[in-house]
Amino acid sequence: MLNGEGLWFRYGAKLPWVVRDRTLSIAPGEVIGLMAPSGHGKTTLGKLLAGYLTPTQGQITLDDQLLPSQGYCPVQLVFQNPELSVNPRWRIDQILREGYVPRPHYLKALGIHPGWMTRYPHELSGGELQRVAIARILNPNTRYLIADEMTAMLDANTQALIWQVVLDFARDHNMGLMVISHDKSLLGQLCQGQVIPC
Amino acid sequence: MLTISNLSVTFTQYDQGLRRKQLTVITDLDLTVQPGEVVAVVGASGSGKSLLAHAILGILPDNAQVSGTMEFHGERLTPKRCKALRGKDIALIPQSIGYLDPLMTVGRQVQRVGQLNGLSAPAARRLRDRTFTRYDLPPTASRHYPFQLSGGMARRVLVSTAVMTQAHLLIADEPTPGLHPDVVTETLNHLRELAQEGRGVILITHDIEAALQVADRVAVFYAGTTVEIADVQDFAGGNLRHPYTQALWRSLPQNDFVPVPGNQPSPENLPRGCLYGDRCSWVTEACREARPPSQFIRQGWVRCIHAER
Repeated sequence: MLNGEGLWFRYGAKLPWVVRDRTLSIAPGEVIGLMAPSGHGKTTLGKLLAGYLTPTQGQITLDDQLLPSQGYCPVQLVFQNPELSVNPRWRIDQILREGYVPRPHYLKALGIHPGWMTRYPHELSGGELQRVAIARILNPNTRYLIADEMTAMLDANTQALIWQVVLDFARDHNMGLMVISHDKSLLGQLCQGQVIPC
Repeated sequence: MLTISNLSVTFTQYDQGLRRKQLTVITDLDLTVQPGEVVAVVGASGSGKSLLAHAILGILPDNAQVSGTMEFHGERLTPKRCKALRGKDIALIPQSIGYLDPLMTVGRQVQRVGQLNGLSAPAARRLRDRTFTRYDLPPTASRHYPFQLSGGMARRVLVSTAVMTQAHLLIADEPTPGLHPDVVTETLNHLRELAQEGRGVILITHDIEAALQVADRVAVFYAGTTVEIADVQDFAGGNLRHPYTQALWRSLPQNDFVPVPGNQPSPENLPRGCLYGDRCSWVTEACREARPPSQFIRQGWVRCIHAER
């Protein structure tokens, strides 16, 4: 169980609160949607849950323990734009192996071409690079995934393809998922009614 | 107003040493735009949408060879004419504020567009103020630098740059991703208004829903070619002709959410026949032999020899 208890967060001591007193939990295998207008702290909440930011008050626990501060984090976050989550001076093949060696089966399902391996991130399109970013987290060490507008920049077919692979993985590995999106019908498809307003 | 037929773009790249390879990124592409019309160009990333915009504006890199014809107001678009027209008769609404000068206030940048189009400085300033009022930008916005704007305000500033010109043709490159639905609707309405003033608008997007909200016609791109040009009503009305367009429609979350497996063919080794052949469920021997020509079927253009079934 991934738990956020009484979370408060602001970016500076004099700045307004971005996250105010939020408590939420995700169970293994559960898919939860999060929907709100821009500026309501959705992305900040995602970053808190994945350990990118430390809450000003409150705490995040995974099975009653704090998130590890070293090594592979069991809560992974995928952003809308993959350019900033990969090292621009690494080749794709090294990026894919950063945390774990991905199974060829998932590379194939995501449509990752063997020809991409020797390229650098700027030599792939945004949609292609996003598949690489997703392939990287599909491994047994990932127990929860926070998908922050993960497919907003992709065409409808690629979006459906990627979600099919991610949902299959979540089912097989009992991974919990939090989907942050503006797209009501997408959340409807993924979360079976479990959408919380932010 | 704009007629593009059989456009092809090929890049020459050095592979190893002096060995060169040819990458065909746009193949047999067709598109027409009439005054007062919004034409959406829809396709996956890598389908040649942005390259089309670059070809119309004449800003392709030097290693690109272009064949086929592009005509604007009945005259051929030569590189020289492109250069004379861009920013004046043909304007781009760029994708993000990354296209603005980060060290100049947005007010000065927008005013400068007016001056480059022949207005005096005071006249350009007045037109800028009117344009900002029209788009609900507060007077203080002029003094902001690009990074100080919110996503929605940035979009309105980018639209203002194009409105400052008298351009007959506007090209909006991916104006909607990642924006809140209200801001998306607002941006699309601005494009619609510009068309109502008699301009032609090309909306480049990967988002079919956005395209259907505002466009008159939709051109569907796949692997650098136009597979279909359909009216907006054809989508919900079940009158789609090409198997790829049908698949794209089915894969929307509000429809079946079922994808077609596979990828677009790589520009390094395009198949001899239909570019969609390897993913198509209708494929026959004839499809693999030659590229399907563009045909006019049920009031729309389609490149598929089985479209009539």
